Amino acid sequence: MARMKFLCDAERCIECNGCVTACKNEHEVPWGVNRRRVVTLNDGLPGEKSISVACMHCSDAPCMAVCPVDCFYKTSEGVVLHDKDLCIGCGYCFYACPFGAPQFPQDGAFGMRGKMDKCTFCAGGPEEDQSAAEFKKYGRNRLSEGKLPACAEMCSTKALLGGDADVIADIYRTRVLKRGKGAEVWGWGTAYGKPEKGATPPAGAKS
Amino acid sequence: MKKLMLAASVAALALVTAGCGEKQGATVYKQGQYQGKPDTRPWESAQFKGDKTAWEKAVKARNNGQNEYTRATD
Repeated sequence: MARMKFLCDAERCIECNGCVTACKNEHEVPWGVNRRRVVTLNDGLPGEKSISVACMHCSDAPCMAVCPVDCFYKTSEGVVLHDKDLCIGCGYCFYACPFGAPQFPQDGAFGMRGKMDKCTFCAGGPEEDQSAAEFKKYGRNRLSEGKLPACAEMCSTKALLGGDADVIADIYRTRVLKRGKGAEVWGWGTAYGKPEKGATPPAGAKS
Repeated sequence: MKKLMLAASVAALALVTAGCGEKQGATVYKQGQYQGKPDTRPWESAQFKGDKTAWEKAVKARNNGQNEYTRATD
Protein backbone atom coordinates (compact mmCIF):
# COMPACT_ATOMS: atom_id res chain seq x y z
CA MET A 1 0.00 0.00 0.00
CA ALA A 2 1.37 3.34 -1.04
CA ARG A 3 0.68 6.68 0.62
CA MET A 4 -2.88 7.92 0.90
CA LYS A 5 -3.50 11.16 -1.02
CA PHE A 6 -6.28 13.42 -2.28
CA LEU A 7 -6.44 14.65 -5.87
CA CYS A 8 -8.99 17.19 -7.10
CA ASP A 9 -9.71 17.49 -10.80
CA ALA A 10 -10.54 21.17 -11.46
CA GLU A 11 -12.05 20.25 -14.85
CA ARG A 12 -14.73 18.19 -13.12
CA CYS A 13 -15.45 20.06 -9.88
CA ILE A 14 -18.81 21.82 -10.15
CA GLU A 15 -18.65 23.57 -6.75
CA CYS A 16 -21.60 21.58 -5.41
CA ASN A 17 -20.03 21.40 -1.94
CA GLY A 18 -21.11 17.76 -1.67
CA CYS A 19 -17.67 16.90 -0.26
CA VAL A 20 -17.98 19.60 2.40
CA THR A 21 -21.43 18.36 3.37
CA ALA A 22 -20.34 14.71 3.40
CA CYS A 23 -17.43 15.57 5.70
CA LYS A 24 -19.59 17.64 8.04
CA ASN A 25 -22.21 14.92 8.23
CA GLU A 26 -19.80 12.01 8.60
CA HIS A 27 -17.84 13.48 11.49
CA GLU A 28 -20.49 15.76 13.03
CA VAL A 29 -18.04 18.64 12.71
CA PRO A 30 -19.01 21.61 14.93
CA TRP A 31 -20.33 24.88 13.56
CA GLY A 32 -17.55 27.14 12.29
CA VAL A 33 -15.10 24.32 11.61
CA ASN A 34 -14.57 23.32 7.99
CA ARG A 35 -12.26 20.38 7.55
CA ARG A 36 -12.87 20.65 3.81
CA ARG A 37 -13.98 23.55 1.64
CA VAL A 38 -14.37 24.36 -2.03
CA VAL A 39 -12.30 27.21 -3.44
CA THR A 40 -13.40 28.85 -6.69
CA LEU A 41 -11.12 30.95 -8.85
CA ASN A 42 -12.61 33.66 -11.06
CA ASP A 43 -16.03 33.00 -9.55
CA GLY A 44 -18.86 34.01 -11.84
CA LEU A 45 -16.64 34.54 -14.85
CA PRO A 46 -16.54 32.27 -17.89
CA GLY A 47 -14.01 29.50 -17.34
CA GLU A 48 -14.15 29.62 -13.54
CA LYS A 49 -12.42 26.74 -11.79
CA SER A 50 -13.16 25.13 -8.45
CA ILE A 51 -11.12 22.78 -6.32
CA SER A 52 -11.90 21.05 -3.07
CA VAL A 53 -9.25 21.68 -0.42
CA ALA A 54 -8.52 20.03 2.92
CA CYS A 55 -5.44 18.67 4.65
CA MET A 56 -3.28 17.23 1.87
CA HIS A 57 -1.47 14.86 4.25
CA CYS A 58 1.91 16.18 3.11
CA SER A 59 4.83 13.80 2.86
CA ASP A 60 6.98 16.33 4.74
CA ALA A 61 4.27 18.10 6.69
CA PRO A 62 5.13 21.64 7.88
CA CYS A 63 2.56 21.39 10.69
CA MET A 64 4.52 18.48 12.14
CA ALA A 65 7.74 20.48 11.92
CA VAL A 66 6.46 23.56 13.76
CA CYS A 67 4.30 21.95 16.46
CA PRO A 68 5.84 22.96 19.82
CA VAL A 69 4.35 19.98 21.65
CA ASP A 70 4.98 17.39 18.89
CA CYS A 71 1.40 16.18 18.82
CA PHE A 72 1.47 15.17 15.14
CA TYR A 73 2.26 11.75 13.78
CA LYS A 74 2.13 10.07 10.40
CA THR A 75 0.58 6.63 9.98
CA SER A 76 2.13 3.88 7.89
CA GLU A 77 -0.40 4.82 5.15
CA GLY A 78 0.95 8.39 5.04
CA VAL A 79 -1.98 10.00 6.86
CA VAL A 80 -1.03 12.98 9.06
CA LEU A 81 -2.92 12.81 12.36
CA HIS A 82 -2.61 14.49 15.74
CA ASP A 83 -3.33 13.83 19.40
CA LYS A 84 -5.92 16.31 20.68
CA ASP A 85 -5.08 15.49 24.29
CA LEU A 86 -1.64 16.98 23.68
CA CYS A 87 -2.58 19.90 21.39
CA ILE A 88 -2.45 23.29 23.10
CA GLY A 89 -4.29 25.16 20.34
CA CYS A 90 -1.41 27.58 19.75
CA GLY A 91 -2.12 27.93 16.03
CA TYR A 92 1.45 27.49 14.77
CA CYS A 93 0.29 24.68 12.49
CA PHE A 94 -2.26 27.06 10.95
CA TYR A 95 0.49 29.55 10.08
CA ALA A 96 2.69 26.77 8.67
CA CYS A 97 0.04 25.01 6.59
CA PRO A 98 -0.05 26.22 2.96
CA PHE A 99 -3.64 24.95 2.58
CA GLY A 100 -5.21 26.51 5.69
CA ALA A 101 -6.24 23.03 6.84
CA PRO A 102 -6.00 23.40 10.64
CA GLN A 103 -9.26 24.62 12.15
CA PHE A 104 -9.91 25.98 15.64
CA PRO A 105 -13.31 25.77 17.29
CA GLN A 106 -14.24 29.15 18.74
CA ASP A 107 -17.08 28.11 21.02
CA GLY A 108 -14.93 27.55 24.12
CA ALA A 109 -14.72 29.79 27.18
CA PHE A 110 -13.73 33.42 26.49
CA GLY A 111 -13.58 32.78 22.75
CA MET A 112 -10.13 31.25 23.06
CA ARG A 113 -8.82 28.80 20.51
CA GLY A 114 -9.84 25.22 21.17
CA LYS A 115 -7.86 22.14 20.22
CA MET A 116 -6.92 22.08 16.56
CA ASP A 117 -9.20 20.08 14.30
CA LYS A 118 -8.44 18.99 10.75
CA CYS A 119 -9.17 16.39 8.10
CA THR A 120 -8.12 12.94 9.32
CA PHE A 121 -8.50 11.23 5.92
CA CYS A 122 -11.39 9.54 7.79
CA ALA A 123 -8.76 7.67 9.82
CA GLY A 124 -9.75 8.82 13.31
CA GLY A 125 -6.99 9.40 15.80
CA PRO A 126 -4.98 7.84 18.62
CA GLU A 127 -7.99 6.36 20.43
CA GLU A 128 -9.42 2.88 20.18
CA ASP A 129 -10.62 2.34 16.61
CA GLN A 130 -14.35 2.95 16.09
CA SER A 131 -14.82 3.87 19.77
CA ALA A 132 -17.09 6.63 21.08
CA ALA A 133 -14.03 8.56 22.32
CA GLU A 134 -12.45 8.46 18.88
CA PHE A 135 -15.65 9.64 17.20
CA LYS A 136 -16.09 12.49 19.68
CA LYS A 137 -12.55 13.82 19.23
CA TYR A 138 -11.69 12.96 15.63
CA GLY A 139 -14.83 11.77 13.87
CA ARG A 140 -15.54 8.49 12.17
CA ASN A 141 -12.74 6.07 11.35
CA ARG A 142 -13.76 4.86 7.90
CA LEU A 143 -10.28 3.64 7.01
CA SER A 144 -10.46 1.01 9.76
CA GLU A 145 -13.76 -0.12 8.16
CA GLY A 146 -11.97 -0.66 4.84
CA LYS A 147 -13.51 2.47 3.34
CA LEU A 148 -12.06 5.64 1.84
CA PRO A 149 -12.80 9.25 2.90
CA ALA A 150 -16.47 10.15 2.67
CA CYS A 151 -15.78 13.34 0.68
CA ALA A 152 -14.11 11.45 -2.18
CA GLU A 153 -16.57 8.57 -2.19
CA MET A 154 -19.54 10.95 -2.17
CA CYS A 155 -18.23 13.22 -4.96
CA SER A 156 -20.89 13.14 -7.67
CA THR A 157 -18.61 14.00 -10.58
CA LYS A 158 -15.65 12.09 -9.16
CA ALA A 159 -13.62 15.30 -9.30
CA LEU A 160 -12.26 14.55 -5.86
CA LEU A 161 -10.29 11.33 -5.73
CA GLY A 162 -8.90 9.95 -2.50
CA GLY A 163 -6.93 6.84 -1.70
CA ASP A 164 -3.74 5.06 -2.65
CA ALA A 165 -1.66 7.68 -4.48
CA ASP A 166 -0.59 5.27 -7.23
CA VAL A 167 -4.15 4.23 -8.00
CA ILE A 168 -5.69 7.69 -8.04
CA ALA A 169 -2.80 9.01 -10.14
CA ASP A 170 -3.54 6.20 -12.61
CA ILE A 171 -7.24 7.10 -12.66
CA TYR A 172 -6.41 10.75 -13.28
CA ARG A 173 -3.87 9.90 -15.99
CA THR A 174 -6.38 7.71 -17.84
CA ARG A 175 -9.04 10.39 -17.54
CA VAL A 176 -6.86 13.17 -18.95
CA LEU A 177 -5.64 11.00 -21.82
CA LYS A 178 -9.24 10.07 -22.70
CA ARG A 179 -10.53 13.61 -22.63
CA GLY A 180 -7.62 14.73 -24.77
CA LYS A 181 -6.68 17.89 -22.93
CA GLY A 182 -4.82 18.77 -19.77
CA ALA A 183 -1.59 16.97 -20.60
CA GLU A 184 -0.14 20.16 -22.04
CA VAL A 185 0.33 21.66 -18.59
CA TRP A 186 3.77 22.09 -17.11
CA GLY A 187 4.88 19.10 -15.04
CA TRP A 188 2.54 16.58 -16.67
CA GLY A 189 5.33 14.41 -18.04
CA THR A 190 7.08 14.26 -14.68
CA ALA A 191 3.95 13.55 -12.66
CA TYR A 192 1.90 11.36 -14.98
CA GLY A 193 4.02 10.50 -18.02
CA LYS A 194 5.00 7.08 -16.72
CA PRO A 195 6.90 6.11 -19.92
CA GLU A 196 8.13 2.82 -18.43
CA LYS A 197 4.61 1.37 -18.63
CA GLY A 198 4.06 2.33 -22.22
CA ALA A 199 1.73 5.26 -21.45
CA THR A 200 3.62 7.77 -23.55
CA PRO A 201 2.60 11.35 -22.89
CA PRO A 202 0.48 12.85 -25.64
CA ALA A 203 1.82 15.43 -28.05
CA GLY A 204 2.42 18.76 -26.41
CA ALA A 205 3.05 17.31 -22.94
CA LYS A 206 5.71 19.17 -21.03
CA SER A 207 7.89 17.71 -18.30
CA MET B 1 60.07 39.45 36.91
CA LYS B 2 60.04 35.92 35.53
CA LYS B 3 56.64 35.28 37.13
CA LEU B 4 55.28 38.50 35.67
CA MET B 5 56.50 37.52 32.19
CA LEU B 6 54.96 34.07 32.57
CA ALA B 7 51.65 35.52 33.69
CA ALA B 8 51.69 38.03 30.84
CA SER B 9 52.44 35.33 28.24
CA VAL B 10 49.65 33.07 29.60
CA ALA B 11 47.23 36.00 29.45
CA ALA B 12 48.37 36.87 25.92
CA LEU B 13 47.97 33.22 24.81
CA ALA B 14 44.50 33.07 26.31
CA LEU B 15 43.57 36.33 24.57
CA VAL B 16 44.93 35.20 21.19
CA THR B 17 43.23 31.77 21.25
CA ALA B 18 39.98 33.03 22.77
CA GLY B 19 38.16 32.83 19.44
CA CYS B 20 39.19 29.22 18.79
CA GLY B 21 36.86 27.84 21.47
CA GLU B 22 33.77 29.64 20.26
CA LYS B 23 30.79 27.40 19.76
CA GLN B 24 28.68 27.48 16.63
CA GLY B 25 26.04 30.15 16.92
CA ALA B 26 23.46 28.64 14.59
CA THR B 27 21.02 26.24 16.22
CA VAL B 28 20.79 22.84 14.61
CA TYR B 29 17.12 21.93 14.39
CA LYS B 30 16.25 18.33 15.13
CA GLN B 31 12.90 16.90 14.11
CA GLY B 32 10.83 16.31 17.21
CA GLN B 33 9.39 12.97 18.10
CA TYR B 34 5.68 12.37 18.52
CA GLN B 35 4.80 12.76 22.18
CA GLY B 36 1.19 11.58 22.16
CA LYS B 37 -0.58 8.27 22.54
CA PRO B 38 0.29 5.41 20.17
CA ASP B 39 -2.26 4.60 17.47
CA THR B 40 -3.27 1.27 16.01
CA ARG B 41 -3.20 0.31 12.34
CA PRO B 42 -6.49 0.37 10.41
CA TRP B 43 -6.49 -3.41 9.91
CA GLU B 44 -6.16 -3.96 13.65
CA SER B 45 -9.77 -2.87 14.14
CA ALA B 46 -12.49 -5.26 15.34
CA GLN B 47 -13.70 -5.60 11.76
CA PHE B 48 -10.48 -6.89 10.19
CA LYS B 49 -8.86 -8.37 13.31
CA GLY B 50 -5.31 -7.82 12.08
CA ASP B 51 -5.91 -9.24 8.59
CA LYS B 52 -3.89 -6.74 6.57
CA THR B 53 -4.50 -8.52 3.26
CA ALA B 54 -8.29 -8.36 3.68
CA TRP B 55 -8.09 -4.68 4.58
CA GLU B 56 -5.90 -3.90 1.58
CA LYS B 57 -8.29 -5.81 -0.67
CA ALA B 58 -11.26 -3.82 0.65
CA VAL B 59 -9.47 -0.48 0.22
CA LYS B 60 -8.23 -1.43 -3.25
CA ALA B 61 -11.78 -2.25 -4.34
CA ARG B 62 -12.91 1.16 -3.08
CA ASN B 63 -9.94 2.81 -4.79
CA ASN B 64 -10.75 1.29 -8.14
CA GLY B 65 -14.45 2.04 -7.65
CA GLN B 66 -13.59 5.69 -8.24
CA ASN B 67 -12.63 4.96 -11.84
CA GLU B 68 -15.72 5.16 -14.05
CA TYR B 69 -13.81 3.95 -17.10
CA THR B 70 -13.30 0.53 -15.52
CA ARG B 71 -16.73 0.49 -13.87
CA ALA B 72 -18.42 1.03 -17.23
CA THR B 73 -16.80 -2.08 -18.73
CA ASP B 74 -17.61 -4.36 -15.75
